[in-house]
This record gives sequence, structure tokens and C-alpha cells, in this order.
Amino acid sequence: MSIEIKGITKQFGAFKALNDISLDVNSGELLALLGPSGCGKTTLLRVIAGLETADAGQILFHGNDATQTHVRERQVGFVFQHYALFRHMTVFENVAFGLRVRPKSTRPSDAEIKRRVHELLDLVQLDWLADRYPAQLSGGQRQRIALARALAVEPKVLLLDEPFGALDTQVRKELRRWLRRLHDEMHITSVFVTHDQEEALEVADRIVVMNKGQIEQIGTPEQVYDTPASPFVYQFLGDVNLFHSRVHEGWAEVAGQRFAAPEGKGALVYVRPHEIDLTRDAIDHAIAGQIAHIRLLGATVRLEVTVPDSEAVEVELVREQYQQNQWRVGEKVYLTPKNAQVYTDFSI
Amino acid sequence: MAFKKPSVLPGFNLSLGYTIFYLGLIVLVPLSALIFKTAGLSWADFWQTVSNPRVVASYRLTFGASLIAAGINMLFGLLVAWVLVRYSFPGKRLIDAMVDLPFALPTAVAGIALATLYAPNGWIGQWLEPLGLKVAFTPLGVVLALTFISLPFVVRTVQPVLEDMEIELEEAASSLGATRWQIFAKVIFPTVWPALLTGFTLAFARAIGEFGSVVFIAGNMPMVSEITPLLIIAKLEQFDYLGATAIALVMLVASFVLLLVINLLQWWTAKRLGRR
Repeated sequence: MSIEIKGITKQFGAFKALNDISLDVNSGELLALLGPSGCGKTTLLRVIAGLETADAGQILFHGNDATQTHVRERQVGFVFQHYALFRHMTVFENVAFGLRVRPKSTRPSDAEIKRRVHELLDLVQLDWLADRYPAQLSGGQRQRIALARALAVEPKVLLLDEPFGALDTQVRKELRRWLRRLHDEMHITSVFVTHDQEEALEVADRIVVMNKGQIEQIGTPEQVYDTPASPFVYQFLGDVNLFHSRVHEGWAEVAGQRFAAPEGKGALVYVRPHEIDLTRDAIDHAIAGQIAHIRLLGATVRLEVTVPDSEAVEVELVREQYQQNQWRVGEKVYLTPKNAQVYTDFSI
Repeated sequence: MAFKKPSVLPGFNLSLGYTIFYLGLIVLVPLSALIFKTAGLSWADFWQTVSNPRVVASYRLTFGASLIAAGINMLFGLLVAWVLVRYSFPGKRLIDAMVDLPFALPTAVAGIALATLYAPNGWIGQWLEPLGLKVAFTPLGVVLALTFISLPFVVRTVQPVLEDMEIELEEAASSLGATRWQIFAKVIFPTVWPALLTGFTLAFARAIGEFGSVVFIAGNMPMVSEITPLLIIAKLEQFDYLGATAIALVMLVASFVLLLVINLLQWWTAKRLGRR
């Protein structure tokens, strides 16, 4: 089922959480709302669910206005960051909850409920935990149960609020791949909120980058990563080095390298740490600097190079490249950007 | 010691020893004195004293009225706690502070105030009298006084539990299609139930032992509105120490058994809720 969001505005006191947001979620896609904390992504998700009412704007589910529909009748599955499992119920009863609270006329029989719950517990691969209480489960297991519980009511839309936010790195990586596979099997329209760009890039079909209650960019992971629409998006999706330059006849120049730039006066040239070349030989125009720190980050190595009259530049090298050149702290080096994104007249 | 488990917390021996000594001094010694004193009575005398119809009627009133008062407070205490936690309104802090008043007020003052209000010519009593509703000097008055003094127990035990309850639980239930009533019955109530039971126990225990506020409003008519603590005092005043301790012992045993049963029930629910 598709979701249309039209001109949603929401204010908390003087704070504008959502400012005229319009967005279409296509049927069957997995959409990520990505942004820093306080950008309004969770509020938007809660407005879609009906847990929060917007001050202005409309929510349409499959073309039907759902703005005034109570969360009870919206047929959305909602998964919370901190699971929100019912502590006094077993895993089985938690999953069965949505079926048991149905009015008598539409409530499935006990045998049917049992069958459905076990089917869902099989789906999340936790059928063996049916008789346990939530307190006896690990975080990852709890979140999978929460997902099974949300799916039990056969929602038309699945909404996940930082579903992996409370889990440790290993578990969250495993779980987000599992979520992606699950989505590929079920094709239920899903929106999930995250502040982790890696998570959004890995899992989502499309990403909506939000900042200060507004949408900065909507696109596929490739689009937002390769052609960020604004300096904010560029910075949010990965580490950056910033160089100041001037635009001259459509080109901005940094360290002898010229990059295409839109017309404007001052230019901000962003370069990702892995898109910088490092040499010992003095090259014309290259930026001279001195290696201040070397940090090993597993497969990559990050070097911090101090540069006169500017902030330190971060350079990321693959391990092999680093070992070949035997870089040492204190060495004098020359930097050349290989690739850059230029923005003019932007205020961040 | 064999039952001492290795622990990083120091002072197990000291604190356990102190606890036992303290409980012994404050609780066990007076209570065992009671038992020893009662032992001075022959079995026949003891039985005659404690099964006297007037005394039996007072047990019925004391335990019955306490149970009713604790039950009323369970319901309305939950309501008060709910209102104080869930809504914000002007004067909320004032009402919150007022809940503790029955703790602080000398019980005799409460008793006199209630008796004055509910007497047939009192502010409230004069309106109830024509309706055929007598409060002061009847068992109803006893229930009223006991309800008054035991109100804070339920409110104060339930309040923190309600405060700690995540709003997300209700939102989750709502998104799964539950109605307001179903959310209360299936999510909120089971969560506060253990605390509610604790509050009930405390209120009940407090009401059984209450004396000061009741004697003024009860009228103390034998067989009708006479509570057991009053009978004990009456016996003491007649220097019938053995009779007083005999009745006291019955009360003690009955209270202990009741509290034990409620505690077991609580332990059982807590275990069922997967809390331990």
C-alpha cells in the first residue's frame, strides 16, 4: 500500500519539528528516514502511524485520507526502539495480543491464533522461545518478537522507529540484513527511522535525508551518496574534509586540481578522506602537510595530516597501500584530492 | 558460613546480625512477651475469653471493616494515583500533598472531625439522616474512618509504578488494535496489580490496628460498633491483663495469617509476571 504525505507540519511549543513535509512512499518499498537526532524523523513516523496528530497536512493511505483515522484503525505495525513488549505476557501472548483484542466477530479461533502465532515465531526464527517472558530474552530477540507482534495483525504498513538503535554493533548488523531479507519475502510497505547512515545505505530502497524538520534529499542510496543535494547531506553520509576556494569560470581549484563548480563567489569544496592521494614527492600545487596521527581501523588506516592555515585533513588509506608506503608520524607529505563535491553560496 | 555466597558487597555478617537483633528487640520481644503472658491463662479461660460473643462480634467488625476499607482504597487509591500521574492540572501538587494528610494527622483529630461531620446534626450527617443513612455511631462510620486513615498506602505504592510505566506500551497496544478499555485491562492493570496488592496489604494492616480515629465515630455499642482494639483497652482499664493479652494474641495470629496469605499471593503473581 502506498503512503502519500502532504504538507505535514508539526510544532511542539516554539519548536518546529516538521515543516511542510511532503513525501510519497511507494507500495512495497523499504524507505529510510535518515537524519541527526532532533531532525523530526521520529515525529514524522509517529504522524504516519497516528500516534501524533499533525498541525496541518494530510496522510493518505492508498489514496484514502487517513489523517483523522485513529491509530487503532490505521492497520499499521509499529516497532519501537525499546521494544515495548508486554512484560507480564509470554512471548506467545505478546504476539497473540493483536489477534486477541479483536472484536468477537472478527477474532480468529484459539486454534487459528495458535497456528498464526507459531507461524510468525517461525518467521522470526524464535519459535523455541514461545513460553519465555520478555525479561528472559536478549535485545535482538526482543526486537524480533516485537516485529512478529506487529506483523500478527497483518498491517498494510510497517513502521520501525530506530529498530536497531538499542542493540550492539554485531547484532544490529545481523538484524538489519535479516530485516532486508524479510522485506524481500513479504514486500510490505515499510518506513524505518535511523540516524545511522550505514544502516540506511545498506538496507533501504530509498533514503529520505532530513534536517531541522525539512527534507534535504530523497533518493536511492547511490543517489544520495554519489550526488548529495546539499553540504548537509554530504557531511551526514560520511566523513569529510572541507576546503575553501573561489569559483573561477566554472571551476573551483584546490591544490592544483580543478573541479566543476556551479556559478557563485565563494566555494566549499568537500573531499572524502578516501579520495585523497598521499605522496612523499613534492608535486606542483599539492598541499604540503605533516602526518600527526595514524589510526588503524581494521581494514583501513586513517591518517591525520596537519596543514598550514587550515584544519587538519583526514586521509583514509586501505591497509595494503599504507603498508607499502610505510607512512610514519611526523613525516612530510603532499596531498592531492582525486574527487570533490563543490557547493557555492551555501550556508551550513 | 555455608549459606553466605561470595559477594563484592561487604558487611553481610554485620548487617544480617544487626537486622536480626533489631527485629528481635523491636518486634519479637514484645510479641513473645504477649504470648508468655497469655500462657498464664488456662486453656478453658482463654477459650472463654476469646470466644465471648461480644468479642467475636468485634473481630468480625474489625476485620470486616478493615477489608472493606482497604478494598475501597484499592479502587479509589488507584484512581487518585492515576489522576496524579497522568494528568496535569492547577493545584496538582496541593492534592498530591493532601494525600499524605491522613499519615500526619493525629488519628484522634481525624476521628473527632469525622464524628462531628457525620453526626446526625453535623454538616454532612444532617443531609444523610433524612435519607435514612446513619454514618456516625454505626459500622458504616467505622468503615469511613478506616478508609480515611489508610488511603495514602495504596496511592503511594501505586503512584511510582504508574510513573515508571512506559507510554510506549499503551501506544503499542493501541497500534495493535486494542481499545482504551482493553489497554487498561490487559496492559495497565496487570502492570500495577502487584503494587496495588502491596498497597492493599499495607492499608489492611494499618486499618486492623487502628484505634484513635475509630473510637470517636463508632459509638462503641457492644455487638454492633465495637472494635477489637477498644475491647483490649477496656480490659486493661479493668486490670484484666490476661484477658487483654488473650484477645490481643488472637488478633496477632489472625493478622499474621492474613498478611502471610496476601504476601504469598503477591509473591506468586510477581513470579507469574516473570519478574524474578
